[in-house]
Amino acid sequence: MLTGLVGGALIGLAATVYLLATGRVAGVSGIVAGALGDREARGERIAFLAGLVGAGLIAAAVSSPASAHPYPTAVLIVAGVLVGTGTRIGGGCTSGHGVCGISRLSIASLVATATFIATGAATVAIANLFAARPTP
Amino acid sequence: MNRRQLGALAAGGLFGVGLVVSGMTDPRNVIGFLDFSSRWNPSLIAVMAGAVAVHASLLALLARAAGGRGARLLPPRNPRIDRPLILGSALFGVGWGLSGYCPGPAIVSLGFGARTAFAFAAAMIVGIIAGGLVPRRRAGCEAP
Repeated sequence: MLTGLVGGALIGLAATVYLLATGRVAGVSGIVAGALGDREARGERIAFLAGLVGAGLIAAAVSSPASAHPYPTAVLIVAGVLVGTGTRIGGGCTSGHGVCGISRLSIASLVATATFIATGAATVAIANLFAARPTP
Repeated sequence: MNRRQLGALAAGGLFGVGLVVSGMTDPRNVIGFLDFSSRWNPSLIAVMAGAVAVHASLLALLARAAGGRGARLLPPRNPRIDRPLILGSALFGVGWGLSGYCPGPAIVSLGFGARTAFAFAAAMIVGIIAGGLVPRRRAGCEAP
């Protein structure tokens, strides 16, 4: 729990740094979409994503993070399409709605967060019923 | 690289370290949070609470420091609770529950060199492009 709080605090600080540097909300799904999109502000979005990948590289160098995913690649491809489509249509993900939106007391972001936690929990419950995959 | 890009790079690095430290790059912790059975793992709540507490406090401090100009610090937000918000978030949740990956941890995991993270990220980009082709929610700063 303590590492969760500390890591979360770093995420909250990072979101503030991104806002101050760029004037934008630090929503990762929106940043990925923006990095693919309009040329004008692509550079700062690519820089943010490079920072994320860099953190992963450093973590892999100093420790051995759980890199092998427990589920089959086919499941991850279906999940990736759903995550990409859903966050694009819904205008945000765990960071944009969950962290930044709730920090701004946005009711819409609170509703979005409750919705994706609810369907995520339902998905895990159904997957557990079928038990067609190893339990984590 | 200009100052905005340097700031964004630093923010991305800090964000990624936060995700690694909090254990959110391990999909088992995320699926454990979404599994409301006897195995429930509440650590994601601590991460969200820490992130929101720090970000909301800093936003309040910055708004106070900026005086009357504080409102201009934040981009406008879209307060509407509409169909794209609900439908998109619902779809995202299904993908999140299937994989334990949301966009941030998936991008950090590319740095781990995980082959599965590359497959997920490629599929996510396809989804982002597809989602841009249908009626979707606009952020407050975008034109409707």
